[in-house]
Amino acid sequence: MLSFIGRSVIQKSVTLFFVSVISFLIIHLAPGEPSQVDPLNPKFTPEMVERFRKAFHLDQPLHVQYLLFYKDLFTGKSVSWKNNQPVLKEIWQRFLNSLPLFIVGTLLTWTLSFPIGIRSAILRGSAFDRTATFFSYLLISIPGFFFAYVLIIFVVSWFNVPVIGMETFGLGEASALRWFMDRIWHLLLPSVLGATGGIAVLSRYVRSQMLEVEGQDYVRTARAKGLPPDQVHYKHALRNALLPFVTMFGLILPGLIGGSVIIETIFSWPGLGRMAYEAILARNYPVILTINFISAVLVLGGTFISDLLYMVVDPRIRL
Amino acid sequence: MKAEERSFSDLNEPLAPRRTRLEEFWRLFRKNRLATAGMVIFVVFFLTALVGLFLTYGRDPVFDPARVRLTEKLRPPLSKPRYQMVPPDQVPPLGIYLFGTDNLGRDVFARMLQGAWVSLTVGFVAVGISILVGIIMGGIAGYFGHEQIRFYHLPLACIVVAGTVSLGAGFFLVFSFKGSSSVLTGFALAGLGLFLFGTARRANSFLVRKARGRASLPLWLRLLRREITSVDAFIVRIVDIMLCFPSFFLILTVVALLPASIYNIMIVIGLTSWMGTTRFVRAEFLSLREQDFVTAAKALAVSDLRIIFRHMMPNAIAPVLVSATIGIASAILVEAALSFLGFGVPPPDATWGNILSDGKRFIFDAPWLTFIPGFAILIVVLAFNLFGEGLRDVLNPRLRERHG
Repeated sequence: MLSFIGRSVIQKSVTLFFVSVISFLIIHLAPGEPSQVDPLNPKFTPEMVERFRKAFHLDQPLHVQYLLFYKDLFTGKSVSWKNNQPVLKEIWQRFLNSLPLFIVGTLLTWTLSFPIGIRSAILRGSAFDRTATFFSYLLISIPGFFFAYVLIIFVVSWFNVPVIGMETFGLGEASALRWFMDRIWHLLLPSVLGATGGIAVLSRYVRSQMLEVEGQDYVRTARAKGLPPDQVHYKHALRNALLPFVTMFGLILPGLIGGSVIIETIFSWPGLGRMAYEAILARNYPVILTINFISAVLVLGGTFISDLLYMVVDPRIRL
Repeated sequence: MKAEERSFSDLNEPLAPRRTRLEEFWRLFRKNRLATAGMVIFVVFFLTALVGLFLTYGRDPVFDPARVRLTEKLRPPLSKPRYQMVPPDQVPPLGIYLFGTDNLGRDVFARMLQGAWVSLTVGFVAVGISILVGIIMGGIAGYFGHEQIRFYHLPLACIVVAGTVSLGAGFFLVFSFKGSSSVLTGFALAGLGLFLFGTARRANSFLVRKARGRASLPLWLRLLRREITSVDAFIVRIVDIMLCFPSFFLILTVVALLPASIYNIMIVIGLTSWMGTTRFVRAEFLSLREQDFVTAAKALAVSDLRIIFRHMMPNAIAPVLVSATIGIASAILVEAALSFLGFGVPPPDATWGNILSDGKRFIFDAPWLTFIPGFAILIVVLAFNLFGEGLRDVLNPRLRERHG
């Protein structure tokens, strides 16, 4: 166990190092430079460009820039080029905005896809199963931005509530209940949209996992003993089918930071995804690189946690 | 005598009617109605895109997707042009605006036709690139995985890379025909590339020969032959590194930094989505390599490349095909999303994503600008997904038996 932890920490640090190098190279070797973002702006004199390059070490060789950037990142001193705010602080604020979306979306995904998947595995081939299958393909295939507009039209014209942004502007002195409902309405659409793809994929996965287990010998034995079907399905089959999903708790971790660029852009939600998008547009290198680094840490940490969980729940696994 | 032979052969024939592999495939595939529908839609889409390319291409196309008619803004679908306002050569060929017009009075039907070709090529080229990289990496990891990367391989790899770059630059110069001096330089560069390849090969075989059949090696050779890691571990590590990048964010970053062009998008999508294929192919190859028919082929001294492509690849291709079909669907979605965010194909050309993106400002006045491209993307992507899932069911014998 300890040796596994040690080995995987070393391995993951090496991977992380390469990720940091590659992302740094991608950004810095691409044509163009942040100092040239707005060449037509008359206020951008050559001296200013020169000062800008000096201030952000852009005149140094690449490896020096790399070391300087990651030194700043780890000491928490790296600042956004756009407004000179510390990057980590800004990311933390945006993260707090994204967090409700992530929590509601994840809850929706996990509470909806399990019943749907289990039910369509038990009733395999029935009308319910076929409808669920078709809808899950539909939800996988629908472009998120198109679905967003369909839902916006629907909700705005039927319920007459505002949905864009995090809250209605100028609602300062409204009652607490009104404020709360306003927040809920604003939260609803983006998190439903964030969950659709997840529900579709996860319910298919639950279904196939459940079918796999239902075909096993011990389930047949349980049925042959004359146990009631519910007990066979939910006690014998389900418990074993759930095993792989324990590990997925680790794999949802990266979702904290990625996958919400389009939704947050459409809904003007000041979250992390939109921050990344704006940083890319403005070539705000420190923000892009920091978000990328954090998400790589989350991916690696997620796989690590899922390996550990797998060892805990399944004693047959020895890594 | 003849009759006897006949009856003998009759006895030996199998009782069930013989079917070729394709017939069997088709018989199983047709049972899955959703998948068949997906395939039909796919074929229709393919033909539409092809016809659309010819009808919208060139200086004076039949359907002109870039024709601006400022008097005909935001006409709803199936409306007739106002003949008194529009000059006769600007009237759409069908006599009506089948899908309406957008905010500049451009015919949405013509733009959709043009966009179909863009979606199709992006899907196919991006997936082609990712499959190619995936098969090569997965094949190497699965087949040569146990080989060790030794210390001297590093400079040799550098030489080979330099040779490839030089050869490529040489070909580029020769074929771009920019004066005799550049063609000459091109030939020189290509020659240098070939020379570098030769040097690397020479040095490699020299080092291998030196080490063969000797109990103790001199120190310098031992240092050079030091094992770093196995090929398999190396490739798996690369896959792990690539999987650490959030894919849409990575694509967005690269596309935003590179000049806007459809080819960049295809290449970037392709180069960021090969990891799944690599894993499939590697896993298949690892199990196939241990099987008897591969050992038999090796015993017959069949060359490695022939074993890989003639003997192993046909057995490993099924999951690759499935993931390719589904990959096309997701590549089309990614391209549409990029166009929607404004990073796609530069403006005069239409794609389904940027028709939708342009139309979103008029969503309440002109909903067809959102719904027509949206449903088009939805239907095509759905068709690819259903087709891919149908393929998976048919090509995987284990699933097939269970379906009975």
